[in-house]
Amino acid sequence: MEFTYNWDWAILFCTVEDTETGCIGPYFYWILEGLSWTIAVASAAWVIAFPLGSFFGILRTFDKPILVVVPFVKSPIYFRTRAIGTSKGIIWVNVAWFLHGFANVYVTIFRNVPLLVQLFLWYFVFPELLPDDAGMWVKRELPLPEFWTAVICLGLYSASRVAEQVRAGINSISRGQQYAAMAIGLTPVQVYRYVLLPVAFRIIIPPLTSDFLGVFKNSSLALTIGVLELTAMTRQIEEYSYQGFEAFTAATVLYIGVTAIVMVAMRVVEGRVRIPGMISLEAK
Amino acid sequence: MESGGFDTHIIFHSIPFLAKGMLLTLELTVLGIGGGLVFGTLLALCRLGKFRALAFAAGTYVNFFRSMPLILVIFWFYFLVPLVPKLLFGMEVEVGAFQSVLIAFIMFEAAYYCEIMRAGIQSVKVGQVHAGQALGLTYRQNMTHVVLPQAFRNMIPILMSQAIVLFQDTALVYVVGLSDFLYSADIVANSENRLMEMYITVAIVYFSMCSLAQFLVRNLQKKFSHE
Repeated sequence: MEFTYNWDWAILFCTVEDTETGCIGPYFYWILEGLSWTIAVASAAWVIAFPLGSFFGILRTFDKPILVVVPFVKSPIYFRTRAIGTSKGIIWVNVAWFLHGFANVYVTIFRNVPLLVQLFLWYFVFPELLPDDAGMWVKRELPLPEFWTAVICLGLYSASRVAEQVRAGINSISRGQQYAAMAIGLTPVQVYRYVLLPVAFRIIIPPLTSDFLGVFKNSSLALTIGVLELTAMTRQIEEYSYQGFEAFTAATVLYIGVTAIVMVAMRVVEGRVRIPGMISLEAK
Repeated sequence: MESGGFDTHIIFHSIPFLAKGMLLTLELTVLGIGGGLVFGTLLALCRLGKFRALAFAAGTYVNFFRSMPLILVIFWFYFLVPLVPKLLFGMEVEVGAFQSVLIAFIMFEAAYYCEIMRAGIQSVKVGQVHAGQALGLTYRQNMTHVVLPQAFRNMIPILMSQAIVLFQDTALVYVVGLSDFLYSADIVANSENRLMEMYITVAIVYFSMCSLAQFLVRNLQKKFSHE
């Protein structure tokens, strides 16, 4: 059997329906629509991942005990087991331990389950576990259920990655900075707000960029629950027109293009916000 | 069929089927790591080597694969690459789903392993290379007996973490319907209408295996950093 592949790049731009060539729509628009869904999922997920991840990352750097006074009788059992000091009717609890542990558990769970499995859990299992009314609402009334599920799943998953970067960034700052800040009388919150975080976030711009690109690439998993993002669209074009090479090449070029744009943009940002003498800080 | 409650019976019932899927997942992981490591090391050597053209080609390869989603790579290798020999030589080549997905994984992961290996090789002190040269070792002897053994040692924790990532990534073969662990569970879930039980089981199994591996990696890391 003679096999030939009819290269037809024009198929991507055809507008007239034509069963002979396999054109059933303006594929070019399909691709653009797919790309916009991809970007929408990725950016919405990043809006969740970045603040949440930063929060957990900061929690994981607390190494000094934070003592809180808790009424003894009312405090839950896990507080009582962690009591550091007791006095009449009250206990002192090291809340840092608790926050630290909470952030650690979060990161461990979200990093050790494959993203695709997480996506299925959110999409198929999560609505079942909710109380009836809420479950019904998620299943029936939530607008764009696939889209929001993908966004939340990807956002929470990526937050665990961001948390690792933020923690590493803060820990890479030499201890002297923190002690100096404390010595001039800043409160712990101020130490983070004015000394540690401004430096840490600058240091972690490159790994954060690759994390964001990870979110952008991982958004292609959303096709498994039916979000018609870029990869899903090209797959669909391949099915309708049998012009797989053209469609997949277009998607590949777009993915590489967006990646390149983001990387160049972030390099500019990195240059803009650089603190003079930063290199020495990084090298410690 | 009633579908309320949490049915543990179905989980135990489908263990042999799921185990078969897990076997395929592990097979894919091991072969993927092996292939990716070999190919990635070669790429890293090219990237750090003297030949500018080779270094440029390897760099382009790495950047290319690192900016593509894995699903798209799997689609490329599953749907289109098997057509290439036919196109070029008119040869009929039968490529099974497993082989094409495995090749996709090796090609994709090699880009990541290359970056890890490059960092590892660069972490070996230049003095070591010079000492090797002073002893009269050839480039190949120097690499195989001096640089690479040390580079591998430095990189073991990161290589292991990447292996865990690859293990999780194999779940993506779901998109081409290869019956790995997740896909097997999915078949049971849909045929018995027990989505909740099966997906939770899958999540727990993956979680325990990855956490255990991570625990081992961390211990290994401690052992190596003490030296």
